[in-house]
Amino acid sequence: MANKPITELGEGYLAKPGTTFHDVTEIVSRVTENPAPRGWWILFGLSASITGLLGLTLAYLLWMGIGTWGNNSPVGWAWDITNFVWWIGIGHAGTLISAVLHLFRQYWRTAINRFAEAMTIFAVICALMFPTIHTGRPWHIYYPLPIPNAMNLWPNFKSPLLWDVFAVSTYFTVSLLFWYVGLIPDLATLRDRTTKRLREAGVLSMEGGPPSTLLQLRAAIYGGLALGWRSSHRHWQNYERAYLILAAISTPLVLSVHSVVSFDFATSVEPGWHTTIFPPYFVAGAVFSGFAMVMTLLLIARTVFKLHDLVQIRHLDLMNQIMLTTGSIVGYAYAMEFFIAWYSGNPYERYCFINRAFGDYWWAYWSMITCNVLVPQTFWFKSMRTSIPWMFIASILINIGMWFERFVIIVTTLHRDYMVSAWGNYSPTIVDILIYVGSIGLFMTLFLLFIRWVPMIAIAEVKMVLPEADPHFGHGEGDHDHEHGDDHGHAEPAVAKEA
Amino acid sequence: MSDEEHVKPARPRQKRPVLYLAEFETAGQIVHAAERVRDAGYRRWDAHTPFPVHGMDKAMGLSDSKLGWIVLACGLTGCSLAFGLIWYTNGIDYPIVIGGKPPFSFPSAVPVMFELTILLSAFGAVLGMFGLNQLPRHHHPVFYSPRFERGTDDRFFISIEASDDKFDLEDTRALLESLSPSHLELIQEES
Repeated sequence: MANKPITELGEGYLAKPGTTFHDVTEIVSRVTENPAPRGWWILFGLSASITGLLGLTLAYLLWMGIGTWGNNSPVGWAWDITNFVWWIGIGHAGTLISAVLHLFRQYWRTAINRFAEAMTIFAVICALMFPTIHTGRPWHIYYPLPIPNAMNLWPNFKSPLLWDVFAVSTYFTVSLLFWYVGLIPDLATLRDRTTKRLREAGVLSMEGGPPSTLLQLRAAIYGGLALGWRSSHRHWQNYERAYLILAAISTPLVLSVHSVVSFDFATSVEPGWHTTIFPPYFVAGAVFSGFAMVMTLLLIARTVFKLHDLVQIRHLDLMNQIMLTTGSIVGYAYAMEFFIAWYSGNPYERYCFINRAFGDYWWAYWSMITCNVLVPQTFWFKSMRTSIPWMFIASILINIGMWFERFVIIVTTLHRDYMVSAWGNYSPTIVDILIYVGSIGLFMTLFLLFIRWVPMIAIAEVKMVLPEADPHFGHGEGDHDHEHGDDHGHAEPAVAKEA
Repeated sequence: MSDEEHVKPARPRQKRPVLYLAEFETAGQIVHAAERVRDAGYRRWDAHTPFPVHGMDKAMGLSDSKLGWIVLACGLTGCSLAFGLIWYTNGIDYPIVIGGKPPFSFPSAVPVMFELTILLSAFGAVLGMFGLNQLPRHHHPVFYSPRFERGTDDRFFISIEASDDKFDLEDTRALLESLSPSHLELIQEES
């Protein structure tokens, strides 16, 4: 295949014309089969070291207790909950891309959905860590579950914190199921490729030693996980229905999860939290930060593994448009919060917002405004939306901004309560910082392992959107030569029709 | 394991045919072939495609998937389970007034009812799909063919099983040959 990138945007094709089914299999599978490029090892070494640091810090935390954090009355929630909400938010793009874009038949999602789903799962793992360690005694984490116990107590289902337990754990489970279902056909592809290599190695081994045990292990793992998938159309029928149903139920789920997270704040009576705008505002922010994180990771993977044919500028452009939209919704929500604080006439509410912008944490507030409101506005310009360096920087800035958003919401509200006697300031300790940085390391480690072990682009789905996948493709041209074997250099005529 | 499979069809021993496997190269061919096999009246046969091909349901004469009903049942179970759980635990078994709300307060039960509906529906969709498809199943005879390894890459297959009433070594072969497959083989198993 010639390496000419697609130039026309808005074309019907999702991969460049002439890409064959085998090309797709090859481009995606080779990432898991070839030795990792040096860039991967550098990133992995770095991430794994940070994860090691996280392990040590967590051990210290469990030994000493959460008094080693900066949290104290009145700021009882700080970085831990900020990080929790931040990670959960990042997780939202995965399900959104998989489910909502699937329901709207946005086929360009096939370039990024596997990626985003994996990101969701790892982000939710990082998110779940924070409330768990915030309990101080994580070995009692089963308390919120309705398990009959010796205390004869049941959890209080009127508490939004309990709703959160159900929402987040449901979200994690459903995301995992969704991801796995999507993976089955692709795992079968890897299984078959490994079996082939094993068979070829077996033939060779008649002369030179037994086939590699690593390859056998690989075949066993992929084979086991592929569940004996034989790409039967009778199976595809139920499979596609299952996928559609999962998309349909994940869509309200993804909206509910961050709404429930926002209830943790909105059902309280704290100024700055007790507002009805919170659920939609949180959901928009979640999608915003999630897309930004997908963008950051995708740009790295695209460069390291040379996936330019499958992840094109066109896809990145569309993602930037979604970030512009959600970023504008978030900007609107910030403005509306101020308006309501003034319009409600509630002095505590007014004070809270003036304090946010001009109080002790003004720098956090204005970092948030800069990163979340001003930065995405540059995406009105096509030159900015298609500039790889800028979108990389912008995606990182947006996630910094979204972290500040949660920090601002949590800390500025708590540190100036109704009574002046209950005022206080917050500053993090080294343990807070190490755990936060460590969670990023954990996320990156899981992600890098995913890239190496699992097809990071949905092979079967990309094939489905190739022009060749249409049963009427190239009708009347006669059959190809039956003996063309591994030769995939034959260029299909680029018939100009909608894919 | 693949080694043994590879040798299997060539070994001269007591064997019985299990299925015919015809290989095609394009989505158009497989849809056309499926229509012909359907019209010939076969029942225990299948099309294998690396991705779901449009129009195959009709070409194979399949009725609609029953999965939706399984999911509906699971979703309703999840919803009522959550309602029952909250009503019993907070309203009956250990009623306690928190925040001035009644022991069982319906609005505050809604989020958990919703989440459990989704959770059980998702399990219903995934496990129901496995059930309907009879997966996992690692030992299907199509895997005896090394050519079938490309079934998850870029080749399309039709398999007709010997257990079909209409199956006949000669007639079925003639039908499949008339579809001009790029390769046709009889898969046999030792009996």
